[in-house]
Amino acid sequence: MEGLNELAFVLGGVNHWITVFLIMAGLYIIVSRSNMIKKLVGLSIFQTSVYLLYVSPGKIIGGTAPIISTDFAVYSNPLPHVLILTAIVVGVATLALGLALVVRINEAYGSIEEDEVYGDGDWN
Amino acid sequence: MEFLINLVLLLFLSAVTIAIIGVRNLFAVVVLGGAYSFLMATLLIAMDAVDVGMTEAAVGAGVSTVLLLSALHLTKTDEAPGRHSNVLPMALSVLTGLALVYGTWDLPRYGDADTPMNTYVGAEYLERSIDETTVPNVVTSVLASYRGYDTLGETAVIFTAGIGVLMLLKGRRRRKDEDGEDEGRS
Amino acid sequence: MRGHLILRVVSKLLIPFLLLFALYVQFHGDYGPGGGFQAGVIVAAAFVLYALIFGLRATQKVIPPALLEVAVPLGVLIYAGVGVVTWGLGGNFLDYGMLDSHDPSHGQHLGILLVEAGVLLTVSSTMLLIFYTFAGRGR
Repeated sequence: MEGLNELAFVLGGVNHWITVFLIMAGLYIIVSRSNMIKKLVGLSIFQTSVYLLYVSPGKIIGGTAPIISTDFAVYSNPLPHVLILTAIVVGVATLALGLALVVRINEAYGSIEEDEVYGDGDWN
Repeated sequence: MEFLINLVLLLFLSAVTIAIIGVRNLFAVVVLGGAYSFLMATLLIAMDAVDVGMTEAAVGAGVSTVLLLSALHLTKTDEAPGRHSNVLPMALSVLTGLALVYGTWDLPRYGDADTPMNTYVGAEYLERSIDETTVPNVVTSVLASYRGYDTLGETAVIFTAGIGVLMLLKGRRRRKDEDGEDEGRS
Repeated sequence: MRGHLILRVVSKLLIPFLLLFALYVQFHGDYGPGGGFQAGVIVAAAFVLYALIFGLRATQKVIPPALLEVAVPLGVLIYAGVGVVTWGLGGNFLDYGMLDSHDPSHGQHLGILLVEAGVLLTVSSTMLLIFYTFAGRGR
């Protein structure tokens, strides 16, 4: 019984921990890579990990999608779904804005590498 | 069973993420990003977020990929090898990750129905939606009616982003080899 | 894109169904998964597919960019306009219950439909406009 509880604890936490891993990966890409398109992809990963962070606590085991029907009694929480739904579409709009900036930077400087755009600066 | 499906999808997601970090060819990164979005959409549907999963599949794997590819077409497809050491960024992200994992210790476990989040406002929406709006899909009724202000704001944000892209990219392209006089209206 | 016979035939077959599916997602969004955001993106994806196969110029003949530039703010206007109408009918901003004098819940349903139409218009035209701008930049 003791072992079963521990297993449930680990399985229940796995969602959070992999979300944290995705946040770490996104942050790492943004900070370490100098290519701007790669940075934007990292930003998207960061953003999608937040979707996971919001939606996974709203899930109820044994529940179903929040569409009311006489056949079901338990539904998952609809509120995080609403918040994330709008976040996704706003996310793609901001991604497009970022890409537009990258395209203009490429036209002005001939490069999308942060190191080359800034020049061989003194910051490490 | 629900745990198992979840676990497999999450592991796939981590594998794709590691591949995205390692690959230097941006074209491959964008394609991997599409795979990432589809996995994320499946995972969201497995968590009962059908509306969100549908949007993620259409937006993340469809529109985002197209936009990233067209931006790659206008720029370069290879990432230059890094000049800086990766130790500092790695330390930063590991520190952030440790702090967040420490935070998850107090969070309710996955799938718990008795958390504050699932017992107050969410449950209230589920109870009242049919009576007050006659709309069975609670996500739609909350999105458009109960939280209509939010959605109006989001629509305005999309509109603004569209205008921003137009301002940045519409007009003739200024080439590097042209003289300063021929600036165009960029 | 000359040649690519299979691509051209299959995409021509697919696009009407994509648009039909978008309408289904839009109007069935009250009863199943879907709504203005999803339908808008699907509409945009259908035209992006057309542009990828038949070229940007052919697509811009079907939907000129000037039309899109009108449609983007129009969607926001429809959304905010519904709010102003409910204001005029004596309710709060975006209080759809005012739209039906007999049964507020029917008014709510009508309001949700109108607002989703506004969202559809803005999302689809913005996505397509952004695609046009990126694709038109390369030449």
